[in-house]
Amino acid sequence: MAALASPTETPLIETRALSRGFGGLKAVDNVDFRLRAGEIRALIGPNGAGKTTLVGLICGRIAPSCGTILFQGRDITRLPAHARVMAGIAYTFQITSIFPKLSAYDNVALPVQRRLLAQGRARAHDLDAGVAEALEKVGLCGRASTPAGDLAYGHQRLLELAMGLALKPRLLILDEPTQGLSDGEIETFVALARAIAGEATVLIIEHNMQVVMELAQTITVMNAGRILAEGTPEAIRADRAVQDVYLGSHGHG
Amino acid sequence: MSGRSSSRIWGLHLAVLAALLAAGWLLPEYHRGVFSRVMVLAVFAMGYNLLFGYAGLLSLGHAMFFAAGLYGAGLPLYHLGWGVPAAFAAGVAAGGALALVVGALALRTVGVAFMIVTMMFSQVVYLTALYFTTWTRGEEGLVLSPALRRIDLGGTVVSLSDPAARYVIAFVLFSAALLLSLRLVRSPFGRTLAGIRENEERMRMLGYDTFRAKLAAVVLSGLFCAASGAAYGLLFGYVGSGFASIQYSILPLLWVLVGGAATTLGPLLGTAFMFYVVDYASGLTSAYLLLVGAALILTVLFFPRGVLGTMRERWLKWLP
Repeated sequence: MAALASPTETPLIETRALSRGFGGLKAVDNVDFRLRAGEIRALIGPNGAGKTTLVGLICGRIAPSCGTILFQGRDITRLPAHARVMAGIAYTFQITSIFPKLSAYDNVALPVQRRLLAQGRARAHDLDAGVAEALEKVGLCGRASTPAGDLAYGHQRLLELAMGLALKPRLLILDEPTQGLSDGEIETFVALARAIAGEATVLIIEHNMQVVMELAQTITVMNAGRILAEGTPEAIRADRAVQDVYLGSHGHG
Repeated sequence: MSGRSSSRIWGLHLAVLAALLAAGWLLPEYHRGVFSRVMVLAVFAMGYNLLFGYAGLLSLGHAMFFAAGLYGAGLPLYHLGWGVPAAFAAGVAAGGALALVVGALALRTVGVAFMIVTMMFSQVVYLTALYFTTWTRGEEGLVLSPALRRIDLGGTVVSLSDPAARYVIAFVLFSAALLLSLRLVRSPFGRTLAGIRENEERMRMLGYDTFRAKLAAVVLSGLFCAASGAAYGLLFGYVGSGFASIQYSILPLLWVLVGGAATTLGPLLGTAFMFYVVDYASGLTSAYLLLVGAALILTVLFFPRGVLGTMRERWLKWLP
């Protein structure tokens, strides 16, 4: 770990002894996690390893049992989720979470206007420009007036990504973004994720190992609520412990 | 949001207002009286719609905000001899303050619990009005004499018991409320409320403090309803506890459902429709609620989303 982040550099995200239990189960157990600004990090591990809980703790959807979370060196452990989003942490849901009855335009207009309101005013002109920019990035420009619920599933996932991008976050957390996508759509997504990484740090939970190996500079492997290993894709591929708990015995569907 | 649909929307609303204004001269005396009431009560429905239709929060206690306006205006006028404008302002302020307190507490709950909590608060207001009989004269209520209900406009005295003046004042209140609600629902705040209605958890993860937005919606809704209540008491000269009863929490819900939830003109349409159905049915039989019920069932059958809501779904997609 020390080799990956120079000790003088403040990590974008740092968790210290972070834990969260549900009943008797420790979903996240005493985790020290560091994320450098600018990287694409993949978070992998078998089902129930605590990946979604860990990112839930980072973005504020779940409150920790104990431990500390730092964002750019600032303690955000007590900050409510909406304030963390405004600080620059965006989260896209594992199960597609959009506004099905609102148009694709309005879906993206909501994050855009939130960002504009935080800066002062949401003028119609700036709003239109911001929505067009985000829809353009994911290639949904022609669907602006379609109700989001009527979009094809793959397009809904892209729309959700556009909503995350429209916030112009420092950290974009993607929870299983390629789940249920076709091979062609996955290719589009990988290209898109690379483009996004130029502007934001990306933390991605992913089961598709091909996507992980293609995208991630660093991989963090979780198992039973703890970090099992961390390193480059090559190092993780060669790691015995990882092979045992994850790559070998469980497979990845 | 193209410019064309925007001018169409404003055109429609201004045309409705122009028609209502013209109706003030054209309608026979009786119907002009009915429409004065309908316009004032439509403001109550619009306030309810703001919360129920746009923010998706179903309250069963909005009678308390109507009553806050009614008593907030009526009591100082009756007991303290306040002028009409000051009494109206007091009524609106009372509704806003009540909505802030009730909203801050009731919004800790959601769904059915929210319905029950708002209903309980409303019952508290109702029982309070009954308890302080010395001031409110309970169910019997206060009759505000025409001598109290005058506005002095720099020499010319306008009497609120004059039907023509009453119509104009009701029209001005209604117009202000309609144009304000149209602006609100087409503003970023309107979109925020729609987002909360559709997917509150997602809104939180888009950086919205949804509790604050919902509280703002409750307060705005309370202000509309209180303005309606204050105007109702001042224009028609009666302040009674019946207006704080559960019936007046259900009525705005019905008006909005019939006219079309989350449509700007639905509240007016629903209020007018229900008023005339009750009026007509009670002229035919003493079991008029049976006919009202049948009319409601037919409306829901043919217009499941209310009259304007269904029209928007099928034909007029641009309707706000």
